[in-house]
Amino acid sequence: MAKFKTPLLDELETGPWPSFVADIKQESAHRDANPDNLDYQIPADTLDDLLGQLELSYKEKETHWKHGGIVGVFGYGGGVIGRYSDQPEMFPGIAAFHTMRVAQPAGKYYDTKFLRKLCDIWDLRGSGLTNMHGSTGDIVLLGTQTPQLEEIFWELTHDLNNDLGGSGSNLRTPAACLGQSRCEYACYNTQDMCYNLTEEYQDELHRPAFPYKFKFKFDGCPNGCVCSMARSDFAVIGTWKDDIKIDQEKVKAYVGGEFKPNAGSHAGRDWGPFDIQKEVVERCPSQCMKWDGNALTIDNANCVRCMHCIDTMPRALRIGDERGATILVGAKAPVVDGAQLGSVLVPFISTEEPYDEIKELINKIWDWWMEEGKNRERLGETMKRLSFQKLLDATEVPAQPCQVKHPRTNPFIFFKEDEVPGGWKRDLAAYRQRHQR
Amino acid sequence: MAGVCTDEEREKVVDFLNGKSSVKSKFYFQDFLPLFPDKKPREVKKVLSALIDGGVLEYWSSGSTTMYGLKGAGKQSAAEGES
Ligand code: HEM
Ligand code: SF4
Ligand code: SF4
Repeated sequence: MAKFKTPLLDELETGPWPSFVADIKQESAHRDANPDNLDYQIPADTLDDLLGQLELSYKEKETHWKHGGIVGVFGYGGGVIGRYSDQPEMFPGIAAFHTMRVAQPAGKYYDTKFLRKLCDIWDLRGSGLTNMHGSTGDIVLLGTQTPQLEEIFWELTHDLNNDLGGSGSNLRTPAACLGQSRCEYACYNTQDMCYNLTEEYQDELHRPAFPYKFKFKFDGCPNGCVCSMARSDFAVIGTWKDDIKIDQEKVKAYVGGEFKPNAGSHAGRDWGPFDIQKEVVERCPSQCMKWDGNALTIDNANCVRCMHCIDTMPRALRIGDERGATILVGAKAPVVDGAQLGSVLVPFISTEEPYDEIKELINKIWDWWMEEGKNRERLGETMKRLSFQKLLDATEVPAQPCQVKHPRTNPFIFFKEDEVPGGWKRDLAAYRQRHQR
Repeated sequence: MAGVCTDEEREKVVDFLNGKSSVKSKFYFQDFLPLFPDKKPREVKKVLSALIDGGVLEYWSSGSTTMYGLKGAGKQSAAEGES
């Protein structure tokens, strides 16, 4: 029997989509029934109080969550987000309702044993509510009380060989696309790089000392399945240097209708016969392809690796063999400044294990940002405030045309004398012999 | 990475925080950098980490931003800018 009447929340259950209200009610009923006879470690009416407080917020159009706190596990500054009700007498079950972020495995591969065990821990010691996964990529465990935090942490680390993720002003839980485990477009081993860097930067993950959050994300190719270019301060996007490999016989098979374009994914309606000219050649953003009715050619020097042609005809076209990654920096959602996508810093970097080149670059960026960044300023904002050129200086990356989107609207590259062979000292007397005043 | 902190460094941090205790109880990481002008930020972090491990300091987190304060100082769940 529900503790509070929730007419406004009940409305949400009438829509066409699955409702979180229905989910919470279901879990609440399950806890009341307690079929497994669990000795629940947080109050039985936590979920009723959660619904009750939310109903009140809907009525008053004001939140009743307090923001922040000192809770955490020993030595860690991240991974636990303290949340408290500001009406604890009315809703004692959620007087404390902390969120735990748990690191998701690279590429989000689980076995059912792990998931069952995780849910067992959370059924006993938390609210039973999870979010698989949060926008951050983590496994999010919603709602527990302070004394449970160390217990949960111990079980996560000892029984599940897992760890808390990032929150606050630290390195956030790194995320990777599933990459080479399933995808033939992957230009490097995203999962391995993600795991390797997670291990390397444990201190940055767990002990916050940055001006604000910092995110790595790893996409195996420019299709960007973890959307690193928009969602991370440091995006590693797979690419290649040499030519797209073309199998002309298979191109003809697409043109002849033998293979379905886009691996048949646009099957919802009849789009008519495949038209390579209209659907591939004219869609190439740099207009670098040609189809003469018999052979497809690509001017690879002008290909911007958008993936469109490969996505459309995956059997005929393949990524090149000389593979690595492009590094983009500075993407962020609005806080201090508006939203920003990443900017190319390094057009091509080696993705060979143990990723030394990438780590060196990251360390230089952090040294600069930790020194120059203002409180609550993301890397992208520091870049904007101090200029891209300052970032180039700090990272010792040479200025190059691929860092400029539109020449003449982006005049951030100015050469210093020591960067120019011969410098620009001149002999004024000799000059005047050649040039009149 | 374990933290490292000398007695002198601990005193510097604690004095700084005590000196400000009537105004604020929580500080950004960047606020500690001027105390150690000869140290790189990542070395200052080692000092603060040692003080966290030793129970002198504690973290405060809004979820998106982290601050440092003396253990037990200020309201434990006050909001940012409200301390
Ligand atoms: C290697 C030689 C040159 C370099 C590196 C160079 C570089 C530049 C740069 C960086 C700008 C500013 C662009 C901007 O802010 O949009 C500029 C503007 C300009 N340059 Fe050059 N320049 C060169 C040669 C020349 C020559 C030979 C002329 C004329 C005969 C010239 C005429 C101009 C003019 C008129 C502008 C102003 C354009 C505007 O305001 O829209 N430049 N140049
Ligand atoms: S980002 Fe590219 S490599 Fe990674 S899964 Fe998506 S398509 Fe495949
Ligand atoms: S990957 Fe994109 S830019 Fe390159 S050839 Fe194909 S369609 Fe053109």
